[in-house]
Amino acid sequence: MSWSASRAPEGAVPDAVEPIILARGLRKDYRVGGRPVPALKGVSLTVEPGELVAVMGPSGSGKSTLLHLLGCLDRPSAGEYRFQGRSVAGLGDNALARVRNRHIGFVFQSFNLLPRTTALENAALPLLYAGVASRERRDRAEAALARVGLGDRLHHRASTLSGGEQQRVAIARGLVNDPTLILADEPTGALDSATGREILTLLESLNAAGITVLIVTHDPAVAGRARRLIRVLDGKVASDEPSAPPPDLGSSQSTEVPVAGGQP
Amino acid sequence: MPVANPSVQVIEALRGLASYPLRAALTALGIVIGVAAVITVLSVGEGARQRVIEQIQSLGGNLLLVTPGSARTGAVQLGAGSRQTLTTGDADAIRRDIPGLLAVAPSVFQRLQVVRGNRNWQTTVQGITPDYLEAREWAVTAGRPLSALDQLRSAKVALIGSTVAERLFAGEHAVGEIIRIGDTPFSVVGVLALKGQSSAGSDQDDKVMIPLSTATVRVLGTGRSELGGLRYVMVKVDRVERLGEVEAQLAAMLRQRHGLRPDQPDDFSVRNLAEVQAQREEASGVLTFWLGAVASVSLVVGAVSVMNIMLVAVAERTREIGLRLAVGARRRDILWQFLTEALLLALLGGAAGVALGVLLSLSIARWGGLPVEIGPLALLLSLGAAAAAGLCAGVLPALKAARLTPIEALRSE
Repeated sequence: MSWSASRAPEGAVPDAVEPIILARGLRKDYRVGGRPVPALKGVSLTVEPGELVAVMGPSGSGKSTLLHLLGCLDRPSAGEYRFQGRSVAGLGDNALARVRNRHIGFVFQSFNLLPRTTALENAALPLLYAGVASRERRDRAEAALARVGLGDRLHHRASTLSGGEQQRVAIARGLVNDPTLILADEPTGALDSATGREILTLLESLNAAGITVLIVTHDPAVAGRARRLIRVLDGKVASDEPSAPPPDLGSSQSTEVPVAGGQP
Repeated sequence: MPVANPSVQVIEALRGLASYPLRAALTALGIVIGVAAVITVLSVGEGARQRVIEQIQSLGGNLLLVTPGSARTGAVQLGAGSRQTLTTGDADAIRRDIPGLLAVAPSVFQRLQVVRGNRNWQTTVQGITPDYLEAREWAVTAGRPLSALDQLRSAKVALIGSTVAERLFAGEHAVGEIIRIGDTPFSVVGVLALKGQSSAGSDQDDKVMIPLSTATVRVLGTGRSELGGLRYVMVKVDRVERLGEVEAQLAAMLRQRHGLRPDQPDDFSVRNLAEVQAQREEASGVLTFWLGAVASVSLVVGAVSVMNIMLVAVAERTREIGLRLAVGARRRDILWQFLTEALLLALLGGAAGVALGVLLSLSIARWGGLPVEIGPLALLLSLGAAAAAGLCAGVLPALKAARLTPIEALRSE
């Protein structure tokens, strides 16, 4: 298998290549007490290389489930998902692990770092499973950490870093395998607003460098910085439109966007 | 498909262990104690076996021991030696009539006070013929052995064991000196080679040997009714396969000489000494085996605690497992991570156990006075057992970890 064949070179015109994400009628049912409970009821969407997309929705809307499917962490119950032009449905566990390892970087709300481990080793973790030799692991993790502005924190243990620094390490870990897609699940949810804005700026700069970024959030201020906003409601796409540029960039005091069932 | 290489697995496993060092150490303690116990038991057991082997060798080979007594009176079984039924006449007859004997050594002994100058020492005084030293393959380090002439003359000459030499002469030259046994002065003509402990645990070097004739006439049992009775006759046979045949000949001949009717039991007993020792060796081997088995139970307990701690580790680190799966770890990577962790925990415990076991064995040898033989086989065996215990204990938790899906693992709190 050669995923990199369909990969857009940095700075290429996105129109000419296949979509990163092509989902058609994605359904996902969970079994609760023996009977199926639908979490996604047929989601279709396309994301082109280089896009910066926000996915919003109240909790229970299915946005996390959608993220799991798009991130190849789970398989849909029905529908088709093509990642970089290749169908994911038929892939086994190991092949899915390889797709995640080579092409997708994950950023989580709670960072998910190994606490007693240094920034460098945390950032290098995906390379362990890619079979990269030790020196190259170190070099690439160093480069990734430098890219997120932590070149001077290489040997600090994750637990000794601030929240913003930890999330940067997590982003460096997501970057280290040179992915085409970064999936961020509430990346600012555990951070204060100023630090959250820095993290968003970092994600924007990565997007500007050619990486497709998809952010799941329920914070309108975060969503407002994306160029495209997909609202998910009750397991379906409620709206999918270009995001209106926020009137006052960087202010977390922006007005609440009314969302049905939304969190305060 | 690249497999995360073994050194990476070991590094990740060490990192895992380092995240709960105290619990890991306490868990390993079970393995440490198990391995140490197995090694100690095997070392002491092997030491005992080696000692028995040495005793067999120190005894001399192809020996039959004829002892008087073991007469049965009605329902009462009297112990060997309960009646004086073995005489020098019997010994002479054995020597004369049974072919192929290398030595026939009648012997008497008694504990007596031996005096030299202002020192005295209670020891076993044994009356022997020159055949005795030959049968026991016992050399003389200084002076000369007892001769047939000494025997003929009932000479007042003595061979002393090294313990007696130490007690009475304290390292001084003993040959040619005079000692008194009871009231009779004896001239020391030689010092016996070191023989060590007997299988019964007595010091074989704590002994004075004098001619049998001198012993019966002048020293031992004087004024006693059992005069002339022998304590035993040791018979050395030329070939080991003739032991059984000679044993039968001895029994038949002694029954005839003692005038026993066919319905009467033997008033003597004939024992094959090597056989007795071999049984003893076997018994000590069996004992070691069972003690080792008991000791390895603690290894099993150690393995169970490793399994327990690994299950806890998997439960606590579910999110970590989820993260690893998310960034590209395959199920087999997770499986090997936890297997390696359990194996490493057991091996580290095993190595510490080997050190502790060797230390304990050496302490027992030094301060406990038991012979100890630390064999490389015991070390390898117990370390291997620890590794096997770790692997077995790791399988269940590792499978549990590897069965997680990335999502349920990431969702856990």
